[in-house]
Amino acid sequence: MSVVAEPNTMRLPEERTTGAMPGYHIAIFALLLGLALIAPFFLYPVFLMKVMCFALFACALNLLLGFGGLLSFGHAAFFGGAAYVSAHAAKVWGLTPEVAIILGTLSGALLGLVIGSFAIRRQGIYFAMVTLAFAQMVYFAALQMPFTGGEDGIQNVPRGDLFGVISLNSDMSLYFMVLAIVFGGLLAIYRIIHSPFGQVLKAIRENEPRAISLGYRVNNYKLTVFVLSAALAGLAGATKAIVFQLASLTDVHWSMSGEAVLMTLIGGMGTVFGPLVGAAIIVTMQNYLASLGAWVTIIQGFIFVIAVLLFREGVVGLIAKRLRRPL
Amino acid sequence: MGGKSDHDIILAAENLTKEFRGFVAVDGVNLSVRRGQIHALIGPNGAGKTTCFNLLTKFLQPTRGKITYAGKDITNLLSADIARLGLVRSFQISAVFPHLTALENVRIALQRKRGDSFDFWRSQKILSRFDNEALALLEEVGLAEFAHHEATELSYGRKRALEIATTLALNPDMLLLDEPMAGMAQADVERITALIKRISANRTILMVEHNLSVVATLSDTITVLARGKVLAEGDYATVSQDPRVVEAYIGAGHG
Repeated sequence: MSVVAEPNTMRLPEERTTGAMPGYHIAIFALLLGLALIAPFFLYPVFLMKVMCFALFACALNLLLGFGGLLSFGHAAFFGGAAYVSAHAAKVWGLTPEVAIILGTLSGALLGLVIGSFAIRRQGIYFAMVTLAFAQMVYFAALQMPFTGGEDGIQNVPRGDLFGVISLNSDMSLYFMVLAIVFGGLLAIYRIIHSPFGQVLKAIRENEPRAISLGYRVNNYKLTVFVLSAALAGLAGATKAIVFQLASLTDVHWSMSGEAVLMTLIGGMGTVFGPLVGAAIIVTMQNYLASLGAWVTIIQGFIFVIAVLLFREGVVGLIAKRLRRPL
Repeated sequence: MGGKSDHDIILAAENLTKEFRGFVAVDGVNLSVRRGQIHALIGPNGAGKTTCFNLLTKFLQPTRGKITYAGKDITNLLSADIARLGLVRSFQISAVFPHLTALENVRIALQRKRGDSFDFWRSQKILSRFDNEALALLEEVGLAEFAHHEATELSYGRKRALEIATTLALNPDMLLLDEPMAGMAQADVERITALIKRISANRTILMVEHNLSVVATLSDTITVLARGKVLAEGDYATVSQDPRVVEAYIGAGHG
């Protein structure tokens, strides 16, 4: 093609480069918040809290996968590891829930720093394999170490009193704390994606050798996003442990990592809102189809195959493509 | 450092060698690039030109040899750190960030002025302070009207122009251009040739190029590589009449 021939190009809206949050994104966030505020009066709050925890977990994975271009198969290690730490802190140390959750989040970040430092030295499938291998180590540690309670996990974790004053024993007060955490987490992810850091991250994902040749030490950026993603996955896991009063081997099992990947792909990898939709779909299916037993997994697999064959961009990815706007 | 002539050398490679499992891609190459010149690296396919480039910018680690840039030994530096010293390379296939707008592409390079961009808690709105500078650079390569188009939508020639604008944003002392004209239509070749000539005013350029008329127009010095070794060196007139070059390059390639 020559410069003389005019290619079929499209001018993008100005807000795309200025980094201001576009109006329709603000509208979607407001709509989500509005729905979340009235939902517990119509639906079972514990179910909704489960959806929110998994939504945050999937969004954390999507930050790494969709915006960092790095596929981790080991995010259960951060989710479950943080769940154990937060459950232990609340139950054994008797700490208030918010402190337990913060400790859980920090443990996720720390674990992310260790695993990430090894994983980012490899690329593509090898990166995924390194994360999986480390996650399996965390799983076996959880199985063997005394503080995790082995097969039993840590049960009967007290929900405690928020800041030592507000009792979380009512599902409603707990619900609004979880909503604040998850919504805050989403806004944090949104900001990370739309920060100077996020811009470099995008460049690295799009063309890594070029980013290097412009003087960016790409491994430091990859490690940073890995740690951020691990911390947010930890936040989700730690919150989940308080909500269900339980941290167990399920949380660190490799299938938990798989579920986060599944939610991200179904909802739309690399979209802001996709993982929320993906998490809602998967958790709803698990909950309402639970009576079908093993069939849930088969139905999930079937939906996944359909999704990959028919709409690879995921539900939200597909809508975004139709609307020609990033969602 | 000996006399004045040594002082003029901005980039030097001594006995540069790269072996891949017994195959020697670059074999004891000595190369000196003078400050301010346009220096071309030519040779038939498989001569080791691109490997040489990858070694000089440390995208590959040399098996043996030493690389000096502006008097500093860079043999053991990271690629990103070499770029920070002002030695910036381009790639054979056009190296843009496809789903960033032209303006954003250039801004990624300008952003380096802030140092590292690890501030994930700030809004990218603060990057708009680089917009005017980015626009001026786009203007310079004739892309101002495409500032808000995604790079992937630009024509091939425009992508290469965008790549040059991005590279210029770093204001490097030396550019390594890997086949800047590869796959380009004639109209674009002339445009980019003029552009390279213009940006070479206060810079040093080392380029790999197959288009011999471009090489003849632009280069002050030409080094001919064949089978990983330096075959000849000199200006276009000298090199093009060297019988070994005619045999290895023109004879074999265009016989």
